[in-house]
Amino acid sequence: MIGRRRFMATGSAGLLVAGCDRLNNSRSFRGALRSAEKLTMDTQRLISSRDALAREYSEAELSPIFRSNGTRMPGGEEYARHLAEGFNNWRLAVDGLVARPLSIPIQTLRRLPHRTQITRHDCVEGWSAIGKWHGVQLSRILDAAGLSTRAKYIVFHCADRFGDKPYYESIDLVDAFHPQTILAWGMNGHLLPVPNGAPLRLRVERQLGYKHAKFIQRIQAVESLATVFGGKGGYWEDNVDYEWYAGI
Amino acid sequence: MDEASVMDDAGRSNGGVFDRQFAYRHRIPTRIWHWINAITVIVMLMSGLMILNAHPRLYWGQFGANFDHPWIDFGTRPFPGWATIPSTYNLAAARRWHLAFAWVLVAGLIAFLIVSLWNRHVQRDLSPTRGELAPTSLWHDIREHARLNFPTGVAALRYNILQKLSYLVVIFVLLPLMILTGLTMSPAVDATWPWLLDLFGGRQTARSIHFLAASALLLFIVVHLLMVVLAGPFNEIRSMITGWFRVPAPKDLA
Repeated sequence: MIGRRRFMATGSAGLLVAGCDRLNNSRSFRGALRSAEKLTMDTQRLISSRDALAREYSEAELSPIFRSNGTRMPGGEEYARHLAEGFNNWRLAVDGLVARPLSIPIQTLRRLPHRTQITRHDCVEGWSAIGKWHGVQLSRILDAAGLSTRAKYIVFHCADRFGDKPYYESIDLVDAFHPQTILAWGMNGHLLPVPNGAPLRLRVERQLGYKHAKFIQRIQAVESLATVFGGKGGYWEDNVDYEWYAGI
Repeated sequence: MDEASVMDDAGRSNGGVFDRQFAYRHRIPTRIWHWINAITVIVMLMSGLMILNAHPRLYWGQFGANFDHPWIDFGTRPFPGWATIPSTYNLAAARRWHLAFAWVLVAGLIAFLIVSLWNRHVQRDLSPTRGELAPTSLWHDIREHARLNFPTGVAALRYNILQKLSYLVVIFVLLPLMILTGLTMSPAVDATWPWLLDLFGGRQTARSIHFLAASALLLFIVVHLLMVVLAGPFNEIRSMITGWFRVPAPKDLA
């Protein structure tokens, strides 16, 4: 009796799961689910003021150890050389739809007026860590480069690769000009450690961790994401179908 | 069916109950919401388990990651394929299902509350009476339930006090708690409504409460299904589909 009930329960769960898997493989069903992503983003943008700040914490609330994730040590000779040189020759290129393309040495970035913020990093997997970040507001860099009115997205090109694919990410202008969106060169009172994105990483505090591109070499202003790599706006978006908008 | 006496959700009749077999027990909004929720909550639970597979450790407080102390650690990818959506590890797909069906859950709950307060379903059928809440009465009901003696006759048409309390807890405590703790996990919502972080005492606490409230919902579903089976699944399920319920005869007449 128990055997049969168990068999039936497992059987019906199996059918349910098989049905869900089939739905999951259906392009139109995934399209329907995807439309909820746009609804979520539009609703969050609607209820939220453009400059609503993520919570900033106190020193006492810092995670004792800030977990790093994704690439902890980028491969390749070029990064190894920069690391050996203490990143003294690292430059940030700013190009695309800008009036004045820039190539800014890391030392210059560190000397610009900076913002320090203690914020919570939320990974898509579910964990959170609180860290203190030091960096220059992205809006300052974009203003210096003279962003074109055609630009809609900012793309971050990174030095790390997953297999043969370069990591990249992108955000729209609402987040790019948010006061807490910074190009961080320091963490917890020190220069950025390698596992956390040395020498330069993005902090975009109202979105999940995978949007916070590390090891940034180039930022590019574009009108559309369709022509950048896989066209979905980021490494994870292109390769494992993560949502481009990661506010939830 | 045409012999049936028409009753409202509370099962009040215009008299002459026992010679008439069927009673109208569930109105359309209740039935529609019930079945939408049946699908939605199961999808939420199963896709939620897959999301938990990605980091199956729970913490109290604002932060919590691998170097911090969890209050529970389920191990590596602990939840089996038959319990998750999709059945093989896929965080991106699970999040798509979860966050899309979350809209259905929220919209359904709000619509149900508006309709059910408007047509007085909540006030009339779900609110406990003073007498029902008296300890002796409560204790009596618990004992009758434990002995699997279910109400018959007119009493079977009304929600008994244990039913009322469990439905009230689901509608007014667990579902709102699921939604609010879910929202607290969103970094964008936290920036918009920072009071959520204070209400729950941090994102990781909200995540833990989300899990505990989901566990309580699962417990509710298990007991609910068990009660349906014990009370006569055909009649119970029919009444939730058609609205019509065959009135069980009182024991001494049966």
